[in-house]
Amino acid sequence: LFPPPPQDNTDPQKTAFLLRKQWTLYSVTPLYGFSNAHLKHYARLLSAFIAAEKQKGLAVEVGVELDIKVAVSSIPDLKGSDRDQDAILVQLSLRPPASPKNSEEKLVWSGCFCSVSGDHLSENLPEDFTCLPLFLANGAESYTSIVGSWFQKTFDCCFRRLAISPLNLSWMAAMWTGCQVDKTTSAMELIFSVPCLPYPLDISYAIHPEDAKALWDTVQKTPGEITQEEVDVFMDCLYSHFHRHFKIHLSATKLVKVSTAIASAHCDGIIKFLQSKYLAGVLMLLTELAISQIQ
Amino acid sequence: HITTSLPLPSERDHLRPRIDMIVFMIDIKSKYSLKNVEASLAHVDASFFLGKVCFLVTGVGRVNYCSVEMNAIWKLGEVYCSPVLFCELELEGIRVATAQRLLRMLQICAGHIPGVSALSFGTLMRRSAED
Repeated sequence: LFPPPPQDNTDPQKTAFLLRKQWTLYSVTPLYGFSNAHLKHYARLLSAFIAAEKQKGLAVEVGVELDIKVAVSSIPDLKGSDRDQDAILVQLSLRPPASPKNSEEKLVWSGCFCSVSGDHLSENLPEDFTCLPLFLANGAESYTSIVGSWFQKTFDCCFRRLAISPLNLSWMAAMWTGCQVDKTTSAMELIFSVPCLPYPLDISYAIHPEDAKALWDTVQKTPGEITQEEVDVFMDCLYSHFHRHFKIHLSATKLVKVSTAIASAHCDGIIKFLQSKYLAGVLMLLTELAISQIQ
Repeated sequence: HITTSLPLPSERDHLRPRIDMIVFMIDIKSKYSLKNVEASLAHVDASFFLGKVCFLVTGVGRVNYCSVEMNAIWKLGEVYCSPVLFCELELEGIRVATAQRLLRMLQICAGHIPGVSALSFGTLMRRSAED
């Protein structure tokens, strides 16, 4: 079953930064001793930590001495319900040391902790814990690593890459196909990785979005609700169609990536949001996956 | 004897020894393997389902490669009254332990263990809540 998407009271401007960028996903265990009131303090601590790491020789930018500025802010708009904690955004910007104070800062890394309808994780936890199980990172892996270490040390939490199984990807394919999109959109694309071969082989299956939606509309019985059975039937139809033409059983391969007009998701835990209208819905699903991975 | 699907080719019927147990292998990473097993089950004589059939689910070590829904597998075990075993073929220890289990089950199915018949596997299937 698929619950209705959270209320759309959010200001799309505040969450627009999430769109059309590639985000690497992590699940994060609850943070101990974190407080929304100390964000500026955390930014200073993190800044000092990064500078210290650079001194140690773990420089993220080889050669050039650049000044990294840290900003930590909260995004109250990014949540599913009032029971969710406010989302937290961490941004790292670079400013060349020679330039004046007001010169252009270049945003090099963003990290966002959020929870969209993830309140069931926090149900039995003591007050000192902040639940923001989903973490999205955009930018160099080296920065992700440094920021992650600082959070892990400071708030006694644990980050893990969020993997998305083929089963979950099929759900996304079915769910997102059913979404209404205003203008003509890109094709729905599924990418499969073929196992047991001495060389890597990927199969890309592109389907016209209207055909995909027409198929899903015949499968889905109740609008707003999706069952595992319906997802299976939808995927089986796509697989049979492919088999009829190419004599290949896609069901024996591993679904690794799903791309639709709403979003694209890769099994290694990489997501790209394409429509602000469905942003909350996708985040809710990802929050759910993050929570499953934690538990 | 290993085969990729049932029914077995009839040409070799006279050469085949008696079949005491059938293990259906389902790879959790392949939806195709589940469909294949479901199709093959239709070709099995009903008498086998009195303890001489079991399902072996492989690939369970990596949850994130899951293409088959666990409920579908549980349902299969229930519908055909047969035990469901789990195994990760890539780990030698588990592989060996599973092979030993299957061998033991086979000995019982073939009637080599006095006092224990394949029918007793059916009692293991019943969940205690039902009693």
